[in-house]
Amino acid sequence: MKIVLPVILVVGTAGLMVLALVSGGNARGTVGIAGGSAMFTPKGTTPEVALHNLLVDVQRRHWDRAYDALSKTSKADKEDFIQDWTGSNGSLRSFSALEGFDPRPLHITDDQAEMRVALHWSTPVGPIEDVRDIHLVREGDIWRAVWPKYKIPAVPAEVIPVTYLRWDLVTGTADDQWGSKNVDAPRVRIISMNAVNTAEGAIVMGEVVNEDTIPAFVNVNSTLVDGSGNAIDDETSFDKIDHVLLPKQVTPYRIDFPNIDLNKVKNVRIDVKAALVPASADPVIGVMDQKLDTDAQGKAVLQGELLNESGQTVNISHVIASFYDNSGKVVWVSDGYVDRALLPQSSEPFAVEIPKNVSDKVHNFHVVVNQYSLARS
Amino acid sequence: MPRLISICALLCLLGVSPAQDVRAPQNLTAGEEGSVSTTGSGNATFYLFGPGVSDKQDVNLGEDVRLPGSDLQNAGQYFAVLCSGDCRSTSFFVSAARPSSLTFLVHPSRVPVAQNDAVSGVAILFDKFRNLELTAESVDFQLNAGKASLLSRAVPEKDGIAWFRAASGKSAGALQVTASLNDLETLRAVQQVASEPCNLRITGQRNASGILVQTEPVHDCTGNPVPDGTIVTFTATEDGKKSTVDAPIKQDIARAQIAASGPAVISAASGVVMGNELRLGGH
Repeated sequence: MKIVLPVILVVGTAGLMVLALVSGGNARGTVGIAGGSAMFTPKGTTPEVALHNLLVDVQRRHWDRAYDALSKTSKADKEDFIQDWTGSNGSLRSFSALEGFDPRPLHITDDQAEMRVALHWSTPVGPIEDVRDIHLVREGDIWRAVWPKYKIPAVPAEVIPVTYLRWDLVTGTADDQWGSKNVDAPRVRIISMNAVNTAEGAIVMGEVVNEDTIPAFVNVNSTLVDGSGNAIDDETSFDKIDHVLLPKQVTPYRIDFPNIDLNKVKNVRIDVKAALVPASADPVIGVMDQKLDTDAQGKAVLQGELLNESGQTVNISHVIASFYDNSGKVVWVSDGYVDRALLPQSSEPFAVEIPKNVSDKVHNFHVVVNQYSLARS
Repeated sequence: MPRLISICALLCLLGVSPAQDVRAPQNLTAGEEGSVSTTGSGNATFYLFGPGVSDKQDVNLGEDVRLPGSDLQNAGQYFAVLCSGDCRSTSFFVSAARPSSLTFLVHPSRVPVAQNDAVSGVAILFDKFRNLELTAESVDFQLNAGKASLLSRAVPEKDGIAWFRAASGKSAGALQVTASLNDLETLRAVQQVASEPCNLRITGQRNASGILVQTEPVHDCTGNPVPDGTIVTFTATEDGKKSTVDAPIKQDIARAQIAASGPAVISAASGVVMGNELRLGGH
């Protein structure tokens, strides 16, 4: 009897250790803590296990092990493979970490497999989900991923002349006499507003135009008011707006009110605040080949390509799109970040999602691109 | 002020017989010396209450009480109280001195050209002690754009304020706004800027990378060039796909490169103003 309890404890502990090692699964491990996995990694005898092993190594940044686990038929060299996961040129990906993943098989035969994996990234602008299809082949009794070559845009050496157009702010130093130093705030106007109810809560959206001849830093605030005139909640557009508006530029805005039922709202108050801000008219980013489509997961999306028409690298691009019905009313505003840097004169694809119940109503759309360049920060 | 009046009334009620009296001039000017005459004989205590001032001194009845200019810098009503056994009081008014500064507020600092009632200005007169000048002086307002005079008007002030409202001029550039009174003059500048673009027209041609599209020089309806940096949105529709470029105007012209190889319809807009539509065939 004296040894029964210790034996049970030892066996139980060993069982739990084995279980933990084998069924690491889709757990979203703590990123940045290395070690632990070297103890025991099951052989990639199935596509699921092989892909899981690869993604765990990527998550833990064990690049040697991850690259060694790839098929020899892969087109990517080691540097390409690492850059594919870690990003470059100060892109959003280079500030992100793979927090978790959810793989699922699409098609598996005896020696070929197509897997689709939802990658959950933790980024400075919030969690971002990316979906990737990965091809695996069986080599002997081990499954290995075939990694395509990561196409880094080839930028030729060239000189791009720029008529540098920017606005600076000068604070007057003349005297403090009343009325001698005022420069009015930019004149901006809300040109459309719509409020809708969704499963997540109420959403107020629309568009703002800068009617002035100088750049404006804009932010839209909204307050929901109930039948007795009390404020239910107030929120701002936060990052769902292009804050710096050049003269005559139009931006969509969207304000989310989580867990609020629009049926309880009697009135929506909305105001736009504008302030003077130094700004530059460069870089110019074109939004090419915009098209409403369905992505691999069957979701309605607006997709296209961002083309950097300037001579400087845009590190992080943020796409904001407004969607109109056939009467020109804004029925949805959607946004998304591009996790690759936009190199000069090169393009990157983007896609923003549209809810299914809205996609049928969409007749037209307008896309603006908010950009962040490290060189300007 | 009500408290001041109450104190004076209380002090007066304390008196039972008019053994002395106090008289003050009806109007004094801020910052100038004045005097209050007294009657009777013997000693008394003199009190002065006014805006921002309270003073007490021993005086001889029958002599004038000197009021230094430093005690009378603030315009408004003052009370002089003389107590010797009983109290007598009088009040007098100190008005603002001659105007020494002209505060001038002009709105807005930027204004589109050819807008009615778009520029307004308010002039407020103060003396050197920052008292509001309430005398009915006339302020001259002048608006000049370059050498052209848009407005010249003398406006009498009312309750210390004179104001005007005027239309903006037809040319972009600085609008000099002047308010003057005698030797006082205050100058403000309003920037007149181009209004909305007018007749926005685009042209385009194919090149190796697609279509180079550009506007003709962009002007407002009075012929002023629209400021550089104003955004023109070019939209190309090709085979169900749409491409847009927000291009800033540089040297009166906005241009953009659009990647399109097939037949395309291109349009332009700046803010809420639409331009013409351009149809280009494919390669």
